[in-house]
Amino acid sequence: MSPPTPRRGSSWMRMGGLIRKESLQILRDPASIAIAFLLPVVLLLIFGYGVSLNAKHIPLAFVADAPDKESAALLASFNHSSYFSPRIAPNLATAERWLLNRQVDAIVHVPSDFSAQLHTASQSAPLQLIINGVDANQARLTQAYIQAGWQSWLAARTQAAGLEHSAAAAQPVALAARIWFNPELRSRDYLVPGLIAVIMTLIGALLTALVMAREWERGTLEALMVTPVHINELLIGKLVPYFVLGMGGMALSVAMAVWLFGVPFLGSWWLLVLTSALFLLTALGMGLFISIVARNQFVASLIAIITTFLPAFMLSGFIFDIGSMPGWLQNLTYLVSARYFIVILHTLFLAGDVASVLWPNTLALLAIALFFIAASRRKIRKSLE
Amino acid sequence: MWQRIIALAIKEFQSLLRDPKSRFVIVGPPLIQLLVFTFAATFDLSNIPIAIYNQDGGQAAQALVARFEGSGHFKNVATIHRESDIARVIDSREALMVLTIGPRFEADLRSHQPTTVQLIIDGRNSNTAAIALSYANTLIADFNTQWQTRHQLRAPPSVIVTRAWFNPNLESRWFIVPGIVAILMLVVVMVVTALSVAREREQGTFDQLLVTPLRPVEILIGKAIPGFVIGLLEGSMIILLAVNAFAVPFEGHVLTLYIGMGLFLLSAIGIGLMISALAATLQQAVLGVFLFLVPAIILSGFATPIANMPPFVQDLTLINPMRYFMIILRGIFLEGSSFQSLQNQFWPLAIIGLVTLAAAGWLFRHRMN
Repeated sequence: MSPPTPRRGSSWMRMGGLIRKESLQILRDPASIAIAFLLPVVLLLIFGYGVSLNAKHIPLAFVADAPDKESAALLASFNHSSYFSPRIAPNLATAERWLLNRQVDAIVHVPSDFSAQLHTASQSAPLQLIINGVDANQARLTQAYIQAGWQSWLAARTQAAGLEHSAAAAQPVALAARIWFNPELRSRDYLVPGLIAVIMTLIGALLTALVMAREWERGTLEALMVTPVHINELLIGKLVPYFVLGMGGMALSVAMAVWLFGVPFLGSWWLLVLTSALFLLTALGMGLFISIVARNQFVASLIAIITTFLPAFMLSGFIFDIGSMPGWLQNLTYLVSARYFIVILHTLFLAGDVASVLWPNTLALLAIALFFIAASRRKIRKSLE
Repeated sequence: MWQRIIALAIKEFQSLLRDPKSRFVIVGPPLIQLLVFTFAATFDLSNIPIAIYNQDGGQAAQALVARFEGSGHFKNVATIHRESDIARVIDSREALMVLTIGPRFEADLRSHQPTTVQLIIDGRNSNTAAIALSYANTLIADFNTQWQTRHQLRAPPSVIVTRAWFNPNLESRWFIVPGIVAILMLVVVMVVTALSVAREREQGTFDQLLVTPLRPVEILIGKAIPGFVIGLLEGSMIILLAVNAFAVPFEGHVLTLYIGMGLFLLSAIGIGLMISALAATLQQAVLGVFLFLVPAIILSGFATPIANMPPFVQDLTLINPMRYFMIILRGIFLEGSSFQSLQNQFWPLAIIGLVTLAAAGWLFRHRMN
């Protein structure tokens, strides 16, 4: 379908004209510029500071039925930890009322015969822990922190008693965990790169989702069609200005991640640029496809909301682990381009250039981008006939 | 007056539901999303890929490995024979963690020397890493207890007995599903209300509406009714599905639930109409919806707790109606909260609703003159 030679020179001219027209439209309507630059800055600021899975100062009620030396030592080990802010409750009933009113998240209860049992070799002294399980994830983490505090108390106690041999008896196998790439488990280091992917999905799709739909509604697309502009030229003319805008927003987000939030960046910049460009194409292509199918700004914006932000938030591995989802759902996540980009970003930021991770995911992005652009091209031709 | 409002509301319903495409996008996606997201949104890990580097190979080491494999949380994806392979399987994300059992593991264990197994975890996703680590800690503790009882060692000096209220098995789905109900209701209501005036303005029919004898307050109420009815119906449908299909407990009272839903809908409609009145074009309205929707969801305590946020962001969440609705829904579903114990969530919602509705009404009038 290549145009004959005399038209070839003017193809660039026509495309240049279209790009200029679209750019002028963007400049005249500040909404697009706000979407591309203001939105990522505002969102990243709010989320970068606001979203954290690291609990600190968990409110804790501490009840000792018969306060003594042992229970005081245990309380001290919680007091020293920045994970907790313990409050002493006079009795269990008060502590339970606090738990019900959400004033505390957990109760550590030392029964009255705790010390006696602690000194009896044949018995284990039970320490009671009551947790508000509504937020199951936080409850599990709280439980782990309390266990750690309890363990350090236990270790200090055996050491003080000079019972090296019984240390092995108390805990035959110890677990030494080393966490690579993020030794302090700072949740921000993994949430911020993920947020970039979520935000850019939103922005890319929003930028283009409304463009075509608006032209359908106003009838200006038909007007464009009677000009000698070819479909390819039309698509490229639409994509280029938004691509430039989107890359600007992306650059801004990455700069904020590195310099404002101090997320380490260990990979290569050229890989970041390449994969970001591909990812942006998938988002723009998807938006374009939506707007061509919907032909109506109301429906287009609804579909954009439903198919971009929420899947990028829930099905991309941003917060919820994909490997733990049921099989059919895991298959569905292969359609979410943010899934690949998040893996790429996590690796580039925290681990460096790992070819075995980067290449398959980059190829997947390429395939999705090509699919949406080809589908848009097909659909737009068909719907004109 | 009421006749006119009802006529307007009927017209709104018709313009919303006449087009089969927009009819579908209002009803279909929330149901599909509930289904998909309910399965997706869980913090409970299963099939964590683990690689084993077992330098010992004895019986006790085998028993430890079997404990990991049989727990249901881990899946053995690779057996490693060289130290240098550890970096390869972790870097390539083939395994999330590598368990290394040293060559003297069993010998130390039998001679009552303290022994250590090493666990290397991929921390790129720090939350997954923390959860996986807590599973591993539990497994090791269980292994220790069994070893002690089997070899008649001294009982450990102390044990922790844990009880979790409201959610005894700590199923994160119970926590997430009420949150999804809130998100889906918010999305539907925002779409129905925020785009309504902007669309009419773009099509020029809003001017026609203004020359009718309808007063601004009447237009406001007429525009609010469809959002309220659709939100209430969809909310009920989603909740029925959540309780019946996903077996999330429903401990509270239905009446309390509907008071909460009504107040939440009022505040969401108020914000939606405010956006709609401010936007000159549909595109601006959509942008406004996004600008509100995304922070409202992320700063609601849906997935990450509000208590973990820095103080100024915590203060910011006080104007987010989602914050209160999340607590109300979770309270009613899981804790069986009564009306009294949720009072402090109800009145902020009512205030947000009144303020935003008044502002929307003022904007209607203001933009007319």
